[in-house]
Amino acid sequence: MNKQTLPIQGATCQGCVKRIDAALEVVPGVTAVSVDLPGQRVTVSGDASRQAVQEALVESGYAADPAAADETAPLAQADQDQDQDQDQDQDQDVQLSISGAHCASCVRTIEDALGAVPGVAKASMNLADRTARVSGRARPNDLVRAVQSAGYQASEVRDPHTAEQEREEQERSLYKKLLGQTALSLAVGVPVMLWGWAGGSMTVEPGTPGQVAWFVVGLVTLAMLVFPGRHFFVGGWKAFRHHNANMDTLIAVGTAAAWAYSMVVVIAPLVLPAAARHVYFEASPMIIGLVNLGLALEMRARGKTGAAVKRLLGLRAKTARVVRDGEEIDLPVEQVREGDRLRVRPGETLAVDGEVEDGDSSVDESMLTGEPMPVRKGPGDSVAAGTLNDSGTLIYRATRVGADTALARIIDLVKKAQGAKPPIGRLADSVAAVFVPAILLIAVSAALAWYNFGPNPPLAYMMVAATSVLIIACPCALGLATPMSVMVGVGKAAEAGILIRQGEALQTAAGLDTVVLDKTGTLTEGKPAVTRVIAADGDEQHVLALAAALEAGSEHPLGRAILDEAKRRQLTPPAVSDFQSSNGLGVSATQEGATLRLGNRRWLEQQGVAMTLDQAARSLSDDAATPLFLARDTQLLGVIGVADRIKTDSADAVARLRDSGLKVIMITGDVQATADAIARQAGSDEVLAEVLPEDKAAHVARLQQQGAKVAMVGDGINDAPALAQADVGFAIGTGTDVAIESAAITLMSGSLHGVADAMAISRATLRNIKQNLFGAFIYNSLGVPIAAGLLYPFTGWLLSPVIAGAAMSLSSVTVVSNANRLRLFKPRQRRPQGERP
Amino acid sequence: MSTFLVNLSGLVLMALIVWWFWLSSKGRATQHSGGVIDIMVDHGVYEPAVIKTAAGATLQLRFERRDASPCAEQVVFHGLDVSETLAIGEVTTVTLTPTQPGTYRFTCQMQMYQGTLIVE
Repeated sequence: MNKQTLPIQGATCQGCVKRIDAALEVVPGVTAVSVDLPGQRVTVSGDASRQAVQEALVESGYAADPAAADETAPLAQADQDQDQDQDQDQDQDVQLSISGAHCASCVRTIEDALGAVPGVAKASMNLADRTARVSGRARPNDLVRAVQSAGYQASEVRDPHTAEQEREEQERSLYKKLLGQTALSLAVGVPVMLWGWAGGSMTVEPGTPGQVAWFVVGLVTLAMLVFPGRHFFVGGWKAFRHHNANMDTLIAVGTAAAWAYSMVVVIAPLVLPAAARHVYFEASPMIIGLVNLGLALEMRARGKTGAAVKRLLGLRAKTARVVRDGEEIDLPVEQVREGDRLRVRPGETLAVDGEVEDGDSSVDESMLTGEPMPVRKGPGDSVAAGTLNDSGTLIYRATRVGADTALARIIDLVKKAQGAKPPIGRLADSVAAVFVPAILLIAVSAALAWYNFGPNPPLAYMMVAATSVLIIACPCALGLATPMSVMVGVGKAAEAGILIRQGEALQTAAGLDTVVLDKTGTLTEGKPAVTRVIAADGDEQHVLALAAALEAGSEHPLGRAILDEAKRRQLTPPAVSDFQSSNGLGVSATQEGATLRLGNRRWLEQQGVAMTLDQAARSLSDDAATPLFLARDTQLLGVIGVADRIKTDSADAVARLRDSGLKVIMITGDVQATADAIARQAGSDEVLAEVLPEDKAAHVARLQQQGAKVAMVGDGINDAPALAQADVGFAIGTGTDVAIESAAITLMSGSLHGVADAMAISRATLRNIKQNLFGAFIYNSLGVPIAAGLLYPFTGWLLSPVIAGAAMSLSSVTVVSNANRLRLFKPRQRRPQGERP
Repeated sequence: MSTFLVNLSGLVLMALIVWWFWLSSKGRATQHSGGVIDIMVDHGVYEPAVIKTAAGATLQLRFERRDASPCAEQVVFHGLDVSETLAIGEVTTVTLTPTQPGTYRFTCQMQMYQGTLIVE
């Protein structure tokens, strides 16, 4: 069958598609018509002549202009040739991800459904990875729909990078189009305006050549309304039919009013008093030009507000090196399955979440956690998609792929939160919802007021005041004030490793006055570590090495702490024999004929060890560490302090919180003495010790009853009720567990600085929102009355519609730009390590 | 006489504005009990703009954004804590299962696009 493709232009909606279909279907020989809206072309099957089809297109009003047609004609011709070659080179592969298909018969159903879509050359489904590959020229959309109507779910699998590029390309072309429309309408509006400014006559004398000249200007202006201003009228009309009114409505009514009035002046000057025979032909093109310019600028600025998500999207790897049967193959990341073994080489991005099986390397996780220091990874450690492998090679097993990876969930969460509304935006929301019809009412009332009380000629003043009101009113600034700032603020937080799950938390976090910190895992590392080694003879390394020898292979947390520390100090434990464990009291072994013992004080005393180093042991206890004593026969060699150490930056972060006026309270189940010791190290104001896990929420509630605005910081699992009870719950994540349901805010880095950062960001965002809202409300509540002519009785001022147009486009650009300013906000100055303020 | 006529027509116009935009119904609702609904996002309106559905049923709203202007970029469901970014020229599916009967508005960020989801 013969197919031909022709370029079209101006088709923007389904309605256009219907009209084009209708226009072409009646052409003799045409059997099928397929309109490609994004590609702005139409493919016609059948034996119709190209000439006839083109003519029908011209008649329908959607033919591409001749220049463009010439440009694409050779291409279209080539298309046609290839079509006869069975579409080979033109075929485009579409990959669909299918869900709901479980059996071989489903495969058949889906393939049949896809095959029935016009333009599909071949469709094959792979049940194993639940994808379908379709070649041909069908639109992905139609394919998805076909699968859905067959009773399954489908979505197009697209290379996110290409999709992003396409999107940018489209935005760029719209931007250019808007600028083009701006230039065109200003080219008409500016000369007319200058003519008036230069003292040229703007009034019409009946029967003079001037009347004819103005008539011509009127027609040119009409062209501006019809072409560059078309979208305002189409949008306004569509909204009107839905009983809605929007910005388009205001612009359309305003420009149409100015034009219609002027045209009446030109055509029938005699119906108006002489003083009212003034034309306002500069107004419509100037307004259309300025508002289009404003839209273009706003689009530019908006592109930047989404930078955070764009950055996260950019972290996704495209391919992964999968190890299968000893062979390594590069696969698109979509095809990686759970359980696959993957290799990541130095400098590469990890493709999916997984667990390291082999290798040793440091991984830069800063893009997810905000933590600048690379993290050492070895067998058993978990790794996350999007993080950057540094110098070594890792083999890891995929544990979460596709939309389940931490990165994918972070992107999802950030996108969601960016659209959330903090309560402060509610007033603006309810105003925005009724704004445009209210402005229409004000415009009519203003016109009536001028008619009844204004000077002569009333008709001209009515028109100017009403038009200015319509044009100056800016629902955009009002509607954009909150969302733009939230978008930038949430993005900013994500960059710092802070995931804000609720819009409300963004606002509440700015007004907190008390922070309750859980001890274990929040202030502290959450697992015991060696804090100090005290040797009787001063040789700490020797004491630690012996202790490590005794604990070799231990799974006890205290034993692991000693082994980790020995490994960190790169000590080689000496060989020991006759290893014995004494019921949790301690361990013993023989080395070179002597008995080594490591254990608690009472056990060693029972074994007849002479206890020295009392002073040192007590100081360990004071620091909340558990002392472990090491003895050779009856001689004490040293004491090792093991404790759940506070994180290196906890004290710094607590100090920062206190500096910003917050009361810091530590909450823990530990006995008072241990709790006090940790609290002293961290520098918290108060300690709530010996609190049962289930009572934490009650303590938070008690603080709230006392009037405090409480933030609870905890690990999200044991502390869930307290997190939910608090005004804002902060969950400390360990790297990448992102979806902590009970908390409003998740800190991915595990550092308490995140709490202070989150509060700083939310304060900055709230401030930004307030500026925007204030600006938008002030702008509208001053601009509209001034445009209506409220100042006229006192000062004789009446705004020209052109100035109103300029002010209106400036106002929304200002809001977006102010929100963008937030991007420069830095929650904290990073100090070099170890340096105190 | 003309003074009276002008004032009268002004007031009538205002009454019409109030009636058309606020008092009259926002158009016929399309009735669904869950399932897939295609919504065209173009020229400042969602089409269909009023959707009725049964509580507890899962809806898949497939927004096809044709309008490249930035206003159309986000769709926000007020009161349901759902929002989604719509890519130009693509279909973005928003899946939601409203359980509480009520009337929820869905709009773009600037509320120029307006739609209503009625859950019964």
